[in-house]
Amino acid sequence: MSKVAIDLTSVSKAYDDRIVVDGLSFNVAAGECFGLLGPNGAGKSTIARMVLGMTSPDAGKITVLGVPVPERARLARERIGVVPQFDNLDLEFTVRENLLVFGRYFGMSAREVEAVIPSLLEFARLESKAHARVSELSGGMKRRLTLARALINDPQLLVMDEPTTGLDPHARHLIWERLRSLLARGKTIILTTHFMEEAERLCDRLCVLERGRNIAEGRPHALIDELIGCEVIEIYGGDPHELQSLIRPYAHRIEVSGETLFCYAPDPEQVRVRLRERAGLRVLQRPPNLEDVFLRLTGREME
Amino acid sequence: MGEDCAAALPANAWNWIAVWRRNYLAWKKVALASLLGNLADPMIYLFGLGFGLGMVVGRVDGTSYVAFLAGGMVATSAMTAATFETIYAAFARMHAQRTWEAILYTKLTLGDIVLGELAWAATKAFLAGTGIMIVAAILGYAAWPSILYALPVIALTGFAFASLAMIVTALAPSYDYFVFYQTLVLTPMLFLSGAVFPIDQLPGTFQEAARLLPLAHAIDLIRPAMLGRPAGSIGLHIGALCIYAVLPFFLSAALFRRRLMS
Repeated sequence: MSKVAIDLTSVSKAYDDRIVVDGLSFNVAAGECFGLLGPNGAGKSTIARMVLGMTSPDAGKITVLGVPVPERARLARERIGVVPQFDNLDLEFTVRENLLVFGRYFGMSAREVEAVIPSLLEFARLESKAHARVSELSGGMKRRLTLARALINDPQLLVMDEPTTGLDPHARHLIWERLRSLLARGKTIILTTHFMEEAERLCDRLCVLERGRNIAEGRPHALIDELIGCEVIEIYGGDPHELQSLIRPYAHRIEVSGETLFCYAPDPEQVRVRLRERAGLRVLQRPPNLEDVFLRLTGREME
Repeated sequence: MGEDCAAALPANAWNWIAVWRRNYLAWKKVALASLLGNLADPMIYLFGLGFGLGMVVGRVDGTSYVAFLAGGMVATSAMTAATFETIYAAFARMHAQRTWEAILYTKLTLGDIVLGELAWAATKAFLAGTGIMIVAAILGYAAWPSILYALPVIALTGFAFASLAMIVTALAPSYDYFVFYQTLVLTPMLFLSGAVFPIDQLPGTFQEAARLLPLAHAIDLIRPAMLGRPAGSIGLHIGALCIYAVLPFFLSAALFRRRLMS
């Protein structure tokens, strides 16, 4: 098996005059979880589609599991599982029937599918729902079934487009836990997300996208240390511009986003002292995260 | 360009069966209602027009009007069943339900999916057309055993109309556009193809135009088989239906490729 699961070199894609992916290069090593992090419209879904060979790039080269894509995408897809952004399960079928029907698309016989269904249901924590119609399942269960469905061909690589968007926190945590167990089994995962927390918790490495460009790439904590490297104080409830001049001497850097002021300070205590006599301010001190990285790189918040 | 073609063509001769089986499983759950829906409309036409109008017009083309109409209604029911399956059900699977998108994550190509959908629509057309024919036969309006020759023609008719409707499905932005196809293409075809009255009642230019219509070719094969008469130009009619089945298939697959995979 090749060490590189996905390799994109100078890939570009435009729809009409709108450039969606702009000279993007990155690679994903076998066995790692790689994140494509960016706001809506950054080109994440288009990249996922291109990796699957469902959209052809205008320029550049894509190799997935050692196979050129889209030229031989069908061969690559035999070893890929897909979790799409929008559920496309068969609602009128039961959980079991969904898996059976999907297995047939991979040329699996009924016997072969029957053999893997119990372990897939157990993985998705849907053992008790085997005969329930999909339309009766909760959002989190549907997502887990989609995940189980993506595993039916025992793929090496999972492509996930916003795997937890629209789920409540409990359901989201369960999906994350399931994804970590897949990584422990040696699967490679590429996922798109606009949740910083998701990217930080799951991804070994990630690439921050803005308007189809790769604006930063690395391990989440390395990016945070390198680009922020100090505590963050969020301040709301005052005039951001006036506050800015007040605390400027004690801050590394200050970003204003909407009514919130983000102050990056090597010594947060000094900033807090300056703000203490101000009434009506809400001050929150916290460790830096990917949100700050994105703000630093683009000058705006992700959502 | 090579990969464009590959995605729009079936990958092999059997992948489509998985799509057909998916639709069959979904249909099994609502089979009774679906069959009634497919049979009720042509049956009402057959008996409403057949007995009602039949009293006024008397014998047509050397037979009772109901017997004449029966062949037309068998072909029409195949046309309608194949068309509706394709423009409504297949469109839903392609568009709102995203079923096709899920299938494209697997080993199947767009060509496999389109072929599976066509085969499924042809199956439903076969059920509808055969259902009407059995009813007509039981009531004595069709000749055993020559109606057996009509069976493959009904399936081919279904395939041809599914294929034509697939182009409409590939181009339509939403359900609202299908009504144009129904009212501007299918309904005129019903009256130009000799389904409800003989083509020779039409003005000359319309008779010429009718030679091009797939429904006319289907009726020219099905009606003689049901009336126990020898059919003429069998090769021509079958060839015409085959062209209507095959060419739109490739065209629609190419259109779907542009629509879904650009």
